Amino acid sequence: MTLSRTSKIVLAVAMALGLAVIYVPLLVVVVNSFNADRTFGWPPPGFTTEWWHRAIGNQGATDALITSLKAGLGATAIALVLGTMAAFAVDRFTFFGRQTISLLVILPIALPGIVTGIALNNAFQVLGINFGLFTVVVGHATFCIVVVYNNVLARLRRTAGNVVEASADLGAGMLQTFRYVTFPLLRSALLAGALLSFALSFDEVIVTTFTAGPGTETLPIWILSNLFRPNQAPIVNAVAAALIVLSVIPVWLAQRLSSDTTGGRI
Amino acid sequence: MSGTVIEEREVVRSARSPRRTSGFLHRHRWLQLSGLLSAPMLWLLVAYLGALAMMFITAFWTTDPFTNDVVRVWSLENFKQLVSDRAYLNVAVRSVVVASLVTLVCAVIALPMAFFMARVVRPRWRGAFVVAVLTPLWASYLVKVYAWRVMLQTDGVLDSLLRPFGLSSPGFGLAAIVIVLTYLWLPYMILPVYAGFERLPDSYVDASSDLGARTARTFRSVMLPMVFPSLVAGSIFTFSLSLGDYITAQIVGGKVQLIGNVVQTNIVLNLPFAAAVATIPVAVMVIYLAVVSRTGALDNL
Repeated sequence: MTLSRTSKIVLAVAMALGLAVIYVPLLVVVVNSFNADRTFGWPPPGFTTEWWHRAIGNQGATDALITSLKAGLGATAIALVLGTMAAFAVDRFTFFGRQTISLLVILPIALPGIVTGIALNNAFQVLGINFGLFTVVVGHATFCIVVVYNNVLARLRRTAGNVVEASADLGAGMLQTFRYVTFPLLRSALLAGALLSFALSFDEVIVTTFTAGPGTETLPIWILSNLFRPNQAPIVNAVAAALIVLSVIPVWLAQRLSSDTTGGRI
Repeated sequence: MSGTVIEEREVVRSARSPRRTSGFLHRHRWLQLSGLLSAPMLWLLVAYLGALAMMFITAFWTTDPFTNDVVRVWSLENFKQLVSDRAYLNVAVRSVVVASLVTLVCAVIALPMAFFMARVVRPRWRGAFVVAVLTPLWASYLVKVYAWRVMLQTDGVLDSLLRPFGLSSPGFGLAAIVIVLTYLWLPYMILPVYAGFERLPDSYVDASSDLGARTARTFRSVMLPMVFPSLVAGSIFTFSLSLGDYITAQIVGGKVQLIGNVVQTNIVLNLPFAAAVATIPVAVMVIYLAVVSRTGALDNL
């Protein structure tokens, strides 16, 4: 298809505008974290690093960061085990209901977060489980399984099954085969899945709101509860700027590790 | 001497027993399968689907107005209240309209961007554009909503940008909600549409122009029908994610409420009612998916 010069230019301008709209708000947050004006008057009257110093020294934000790290690690550990097991079952076997496994795995993330959140909240209450870090980890693990599952399944589909048979023919037991053949083939896919799952957990707000007890505050929950306090605004903004970078790094690493990773829920 | 023989035997025996287990498992594949499936299925099928089912049951219970305890007696009270009170109907309609608008705006923005990335840019630059569009998708959700609060606020960035044109920021409200939700979910629309344009064979486009169609006609009659399933696939995400969102409305919505906000405000004091309200987005999504699956777009996911 031959496009006229004008239509090419129009499309390029549309693309540039689109990218500008995508990036400008995030840049504004980063710039505002140095804005000397407490109420973020624009353009900034001057620049300061005070908010970054105060954010780093803020007890609430630091505690929330540690809770977020714990929740992310716990959820990722569970998701790694469950997601890998499900991926192996779907790739290596044929059984009744195999097609629905993918649907079941994606359901916690395809349904609106508030539905998953209220369902888990209700279940914990009925079962008499106290809300806390444990319930947050359970909630996060539920929707993190899908990223590990997708990454591992994509890798398994691309690796030939006969290497496993060759290993067995050469006398290796199942554990040996896993250790010396399957695991090395999967290693980077597992790492990519783990990074993505951690990033997903680190960023989550809605399910966390409904599964965390009053004493459990992850970093996004901390931001949410301090968002409407005017005297906290510059510190919240500095934490938000840090979070932009923190949440992008694991995904960027994951994309370098595995070509199967597109990112997001897709 | 004799000591080493015994040791060797023991080494052989200990190596043999896991191998025997492996052999046994190899002959009984269903055992392997159930071993692999048991834990994930226990988690997803029993725990997660169980929780969802329990939520639907709870929707038929009520709350004692004096003690705030859940009364486990089967009743349609919550649904009667939902249907009879116009306020709830308004919120539900508003939420569906917002989700549809967001989906429409996303599609209108995504089409030219995806087309440019897949068909105009030189192939060596494509990867860079995809990464550029994708990266902010991962920047924290909450931070993105927050960023727009700063953009939209009085005397904020938008005000100072628009002032020379005699315009001002729309402020916090329904328009802000649509803008922010579009911003949040746009990459979910761009990606599948981009993949759709990229998959489209060049020969189809060539054939169309050989048959005398101009660019606009080729786009409308050949390309658009072929990327339509991708558009629909993207719309599932933009629609579903918008429908369940309540944080955006909380942060930039002013006084405007969506379904999610109604669920959220009821969850502590009246859980059964919140559960009943939460069945609305599920029902809407089920209908949406049923309609969509007729277009064959689900095979693309």
